[in-house]
Amino acid sequence: MLDPTPTGPHSGGTPLLQTIGLTKRYGDFLANDSIDIEIWPQQIHALLGENGAGKSTLVKTIYGLIQPSDGEMRWQGEKMVLSGPSEARARGIGMVFQHFSLFDNLTVAENVALGLDGKESFKDMSARLEQVSNVYGLPLDPRREVWQLSVGERQRIEIVRALMQNPKFLILDEPTAVLTPQEADQLFVVLQRLKAEGRAILYISHKLEEVKRLCDTATILRGGKKVSTCNPRAETAASLARMMVGADIKEVKAAAGRKTTVPRLVVNDLGMEPDDPHGVKLQHISLELKGGEILGIAGVAGNGQDELFAALSGERQSMDPGTVVIDGQAAGHLSITQRRKLGAAFVPEERLGHGTAPRMKLSENALLTGHAASGMVQRGFINTAATLKTVDRATEAFDVRKAKRDPEAASLSGGNLQKFVVGREILRNPAVLVVNQPTWGVDAGAAAVIRQALLDLAAGGAAILVTSQDLDELIEIADRIAVMFHGRLSEPLATADASREKLGLLMGGSSLAEKETAHAVGA
Amino acid sequence: MQLVLEKRAERSNIIALVSPLIAIGLTIVTMSILFAILGKNPISALGVYFIDPLTDSYSLQEIAVKAAPLVMIAIGLSLCYLANVWNIGAEGQFLIGAVAGSWLAVETHGTDAGPWVLPAMLLLAAAGGALYALIPAICRVRFGASEILTSLMLVYVADLFLDYLVRGPWRDPAGFNFPTTAEFDPVATMPILIQGGRLHLGAIIALVVVAAAAVLLGRTIKGFEIRVVGAAPRAARFGGFNSNQLVLLTFAISGALAGLAGIIEVAGPVGHLQPGFSPGYGFTAIIVAFLGRLNPVGILIAGLFLALTFIGGEQAQIAMKIPLDVTKVFQGILLFYVLACDSLILYRFRLIFPSRQVHRGTA
Repeated sequence: MLDPTPTGPHSGGTPLLQTIGLTKRYGDFLANDSIDIEIWPQQIHALLGENGAGKSTLVKTIYGLIQPSDGEMRWQGEKMVLSGPSEARARGIGMVFQHFSLFDNLTVAENVALGLDGKESFKDMSARLEQVSNVYGLPLDPRREVWQLSVGERQRIEIVRALMQNPKFLILDEPTAVLTPQEADQLFVVLQRLKAEGRAILYISHKLEEVKRLCDTATILRGGKKVSTCNPRAETAASLARMMVGADIKEVKAAAGRKTTVPRLVVNDLGMEPDDPHGVKLQHISLELKGGEILGIAGVAGNGQDELFAALSGERQSMDPGTVVIDGQAAGHLSITQRRKLGAAFVPEERLGHGTAPRMKLSENALLTGHAASGMVQRGFINTAATLKTVDRATEAFDVRKAKRDPEAASLSGGNLQKFVVGREILRNPAVLVVNQPTWGVDAGAAAVIRQALLDLAAGGAAILVTSQDLDELIEIADRIAVMFHGRLSEPLATADASREKLGLLMGGSSLAEKETAHAVGA
Repeated sequence: MQLVLEKRAERSNIIALVSPLIAIGLTIVTMSILFAILGKNPISALGVYFIDPLTDSYSLQEIAVKAAPLVMIAIGLSLCYLANVWNIGAEGQFLIGAVAGSWLAVETHGTDAGPWVLPAMLLLAAAGGALYALIPAICRVRFGASEILTSLMLVYVADLFLDYLVRGPWRDPAGFNFPTTAEFDPVATMPILIQGGRLHLGAIIALVVVAAAAVLLGRTIKGFEIRVVGAAPRAARFGGFNSNQLVLLTFAISGALAGLAGIIEVAGPVGHLQPGFSPGYGFTAIIVAFLGRLNPVGILIAGLFLALTFIGGEQAQIAMKIPLDVTKVFQGILLFYVLACDSLILYRFRLIFPSRQVHRGTA
């Protein structure tokens, strides 16, 4: 490995890529405001910022997906105008997106072929694919179909596809968001190797510790503007976060001496077949959650978390009433409305389209989950005043910022809508709250408000089940953490004993794999 | 310079109201061109179509008579469409309703049955339409069959069934072999509202249906359920609403309303059951539903407007020898423009001028 110190402008040389005053305007909104950035060969350059800071806009501009409104880009010192991504690829710019663009029912090789502009035969391409993946330690079987692969393997396809074009400059958008800590370590080895070969990497991430470990330079964006370019190793995670947010983040405080009471949510040997062919089968899931307690469920996305949420909420019901027990009542066979009447509340991962109807007003979205258990409906008629009151109360209690009293859900920013969705449930004062990814895609300020609200609700005696892919979040708020892998749930660990290494191993399925004898999963 | 469609942050309520008007305007412009091509003076043709029917009491009553079934059917369809359920077979439900109601009229013909006959006919028609509409609904819920296809195909089944009845068992013995039932008895016909006119009770029923639908959609949890299932199915499931139940319910309501409209038409202006008594109300009502923005009051206005095109079309045929089919062309163009203009509710046009990217074409 190369000496990791070289950073910043190399004396005398020209940067590989340089942007000068790069600006992107959407109507009155400046997504990127006059951004100057320099990327040098053999550099891993971090791009940091909160959601909405303009990171995606910047990299999409560099990759030719959007046209800048103003400013210019220089490639190896020469002015560069890109009409589209294929031009960017022709110059040697590659990109790996956060959301994979893969066809589930095609093989690895077919997917790669679809993404390449080249004219080589399918056979040659497959051979080259195997060769590239072996050289970089990213093993892939070109003949496997994508739906059989884990998320980490799917990401490998995207990376190999980009590497097959032999890029001088590779952009990675939050590559570790979907990986276990161990998988992330493997990725870092690959990235260091690419750097040693003289390539440049632009690395987008929220994970500050990771950036400090991996990157030579960091550029921080906030509100569309560049705040600073610095050496991340010379900064602390707190100082980087302060630059991203523009203020100190309030620390979340758990009430001292929280007492646990009786079990309020019990799951007994829950199993469920998936309702779509690529879904995950839930197997032998058992847990017990007392009042005043927060149980975290960690795991890589796609290991059955969505299926578990559907089974707990009653979006899918079980034949056996005893599989889910809410506050002492067998509820496995009950609908979501009946479970709400027992005092349960639910917050799904997807805010728009699942938690709310995007094109309906907030008051109507308050009615969506509130119609069963509060005074919002009388003899089949809607009490509009009551629904509006819920909106006002949520707005006040959770600082929901919006343009008018009762706007459409889709017009709120992600963080504000999430505060409303969580607030809507907490205001009903639930006995049991099941929440999936409470702060996914939410800015740091809103995330702190939401986590605090969950802690306060638990302190009030509710039982809370939090599913999250953010280990730091779980460690911060959960009393115990269990891990989901291939539709099974591990024994929960007390948070104090749950090191990242232990959790990471569980997330990769290692300790569970020994128990699994009959069920050979996707191998 | 480039013209692009850009997504709006929030749906525009102004455009939602104006869009049907823009569509009507564009339709009139297109029709003028069409009239000119046909060699007719566009101004006088449009006058005959849209102005003349509004100037005499006979035509005004006739507009209301024609609007009543259109509005009733369209209200039912709007409930389906709001819930993302695509009932295209209202014409079939309309015919079956007419058949079911006429059964009683034929059975009691010539007896001294009392005034209970008409209400019973209305109930039978609504039940018949609802049951007929439940066929595609059940096929969709149980087997996942596309209700668009099945409901449409059942239109032709209903049409032929009606044809069989009036040529066979129900044919009027004194009807000189014409395929029609006997004229209905007075107790089996819709009461006339204005002495010597044609306006009948059906118009009042249509207004009651509009009011009921407005309350249902705006004020009740069931109406909310219908809207949310259509607007965001996954959120509706999360809210605890069962979309399969709603498919059955909306199909049943719209079938019942179409069936009711069917018997009102037969027992009203027509007076007996015969093949081809419907000028395609069940299909025209689809246009009414969308032109009225799937909103009850909007549908009332749209129903009156499309009834006007029927009357205007007849008058244009008489006065200017414009083929009656031009009315259908008009209705088709109108639906096309309505759907096109609706995209402006969520999107807006924007002119993009090239900024300083003049030196393109490198690379």
